[in-house]
Amino acid sequence: MLINMLNAINNALDLAMQENQDIVLLGEDVGKDGGVFRVTDGLFDKYKNRVIDTPLAEDGIIGVSIGMALAGLRPVPEIQFAGFMWLSFNQIVNHAARYRSRTRSRFSIPMVIRTPVSGGVRALEHHSESPEAPYANIGGLVIIEPSSPYDAKGLLIKALHMQDPVIFLEPTKLYRLFKQEVPENMYEIEIGKANYIAKGDDLTIITYGTMVNIVKSVAEKKQISADIIDLRTIAPLDEKTILESIKKTGKAMIVHEAPTSFGVGAEISARIAEKAIYDISAPIIRIAAPSLPYPYPGYEKFYVPNELRIGKAIEKLLKY
Amino acid sequence: MIKKVFEASINYVQIMDNDGNIDEQLLPKEIDNQKILEMYKQIVFARMVDAKCMSLQRQGRIATYAPIYGEEATQIGSAMAMNENDIFVPNFRQHAVFFNRKFPLELFFIYEKAFEEGTKIPENINAYPWIVPVSTQILHAVGIAYAQKFKNTDSVVLTYIGDGGTSEGNFYEGMNFAGIFKVPIVIIIENNQWAISVPRSKQTNAETLAQKGIAAGIDCIQVDGNDVIGVYKVVKDAIASAKNSKPVLIEAITYRLGVHTTSDDPTKYRDENEVNEWKLKEPLIRLNKFLVKKQLWDNEKQKAMELEFSKTIDEAVEKAESFKPDPKSMFEHVYSFMPDILKQEEDEFEMNNFFVD
Repeated sequence: MLINMLNAINNALDLAMQENQDIVLLGEDVGKDGGVFRVTDGLFDKYKNRVIDTPLAEDGIIGVSIGMALAGLRPVPEIQFAGFMWLSFNQIVNHAARYRSRTRSRFSIPMVIRTPVSGGVRALEHHSESPEAPYANIGGLVIIEPSSPYDAKGLLIKALHMQDPVIFLEPTKLYRLFKQEVPENMYEIEIGKANYIAKGDDLTIITYGTMVNIVKSVAEKKQISADIIDLRTIAPLDEKTILESIKKTGKAMIVHEAPTSFGVGAEISARIAEKAIYDISAPIIRIAAPSLPYPYPGYEKFYVPNELRIGKAIEKLLKY
Repeated sequence: MIKKVFEASINYVQIMDNDGNIDEQLLPKEIDNQKILEMYKQIVFARMVDAKCMSLQRQGRIATYAPIYGEEATQIGSAMAMNENDIFVPNFRQHAVFFNRKFPLELFFIYEKAFEEGTKIPENINAYPWIVPVSTQILHAVGIAYAQKFKNTDSVVLTYIGDGGTSEGNFYEGMNFAGIFKVPIVIIIENNQWAISVPRSKQTNAETLAQKGIAAGIDCIQVDGNDVIGVYKVVKDAIASAKNSKPVLIEAITYRLGVHTTSDDPTKYRDENEVNEWKLKEPLIRLNKFLVKKQLWDNEKQKAMELEFSKTIDEAVEKAESFKPDPKSMFEHVYSFMPDILKQEEDEFEMNNFFVD
């Protein structure tokens, strides 16, 4: 079926809920309204008490979900926007991430937290953040960010089959941006494994989420021969695929929408520097948002990495 | 026009007073003298384990410890009111509830020795491990209670929080969710008057902590938390109410006779006269008076019981001290699978002998 990412996520939730009666969705406006982006549209009518409108309290939503998971349910909380998810950081870090470890696997938290991320859609203040780095710093969490309808469905279904707390980041800009042929049945995409979007010899570009299509477009326009790697899973990181590609191309560039400093790009650069320093022939380049808070949408076109910045960086790197 | 649209009040319950006199009208019919003796024994046991922990900590044999001295009636009274299938969600101080639920004492000491292995609660005990971040457990308890309702079990969830914890957002959020979802939950405020060095009067300007449930639309009540029978009754009633989709908030008024944890010195911030006044109201004195009056107890029986308890405690300590930690376990329980990068880190420790103590 030819569907966009939003329909793919809705379809994944629907199939998983059919399969597993213990799955419950909860969050602000996820019921009759189908969520502010309509991701859960129609699921309340179909599953009634398994789709729960909650009071407006993000830490409450996550804390209650943790309790549900501890007691044998499989909660899928939705946080309406990633910018409001900080309120639940305490529950995520102190409990969701460490419950398995602190009880030596006596208890686990099978839970998928869904939240829209990233900008480029002229949304209100606090509605466009890319918060993956602080979450990726927390051991025990799985951080996933799809870049296409096909990936969104397969990754979400896999997440719903896992015994771990997963943060599933949904780029708002991609919800309705394009459609793709997606299988009607259930299928899983492996977690912790990156995906080659393109294969080439001159350069490795590591990216994920909103930036994947932009990177692909620049590479095509410039007719360069590059490995384009879509992380799919941000944490735990697929270091192996990255290093494999670097050994071949000798040049690395990381592109993401989140701020540059202390970001996912920094982590990847450090790993390349530690483990493949003799394989590279050029500096590692990060193209990401500047190290400042997400601006009002009036300025966002300068903030979010664009084709111009990515193109320049590619040119620079290929000169080495 | 002005009209009154809402009015509320809070009841306070006490069944056994400081002198061991019982309010017969309130006494639950299942509470006979044998049951009261059992309550007494469980409190003595808890107090003995507590004293042992203080001593082990001072000898460096366990880590920082949060004692329960003075608060045992709140914990034992509520624990005895629970049915076996009811579910216990603690904060970090409800050790006596664990003892009541037959949590293996050896595991308790392994936990106090600061090893995660001590939190491996046996499958047949309906309890979750100690929670340190204050008030966060209230939300878990609500989620667990939601699952009971969803799965149509007959279990009620009992969770605990301190007086300081009632100032946290999660406490309010939890009560609010509980009220809306109408889940089978009883929230017990173990009000021991002190949050480390900050007295109850500095936590809130509200007259009672119990009344905090009113805004969430749930029933609330106060009880003498040093009266084990009073606590038992109030919790028993609350469990029945919770089964009927009516969550309850209970404020048990007790007193922390000891330190907050072994890391602080209360003489620095609280008046010893206050402590001495509360010592007259602690849970054991009144029970002892009652039992002696009824000729159910004497010094000989006390000695024999203490001897037996000491033996049990010492055996558990001995077992816990023979526990062999495995540092590799840190790496192996982070995810349901082993990520490559974590495996690399583990291997690096292993190959370089960094795991050797």
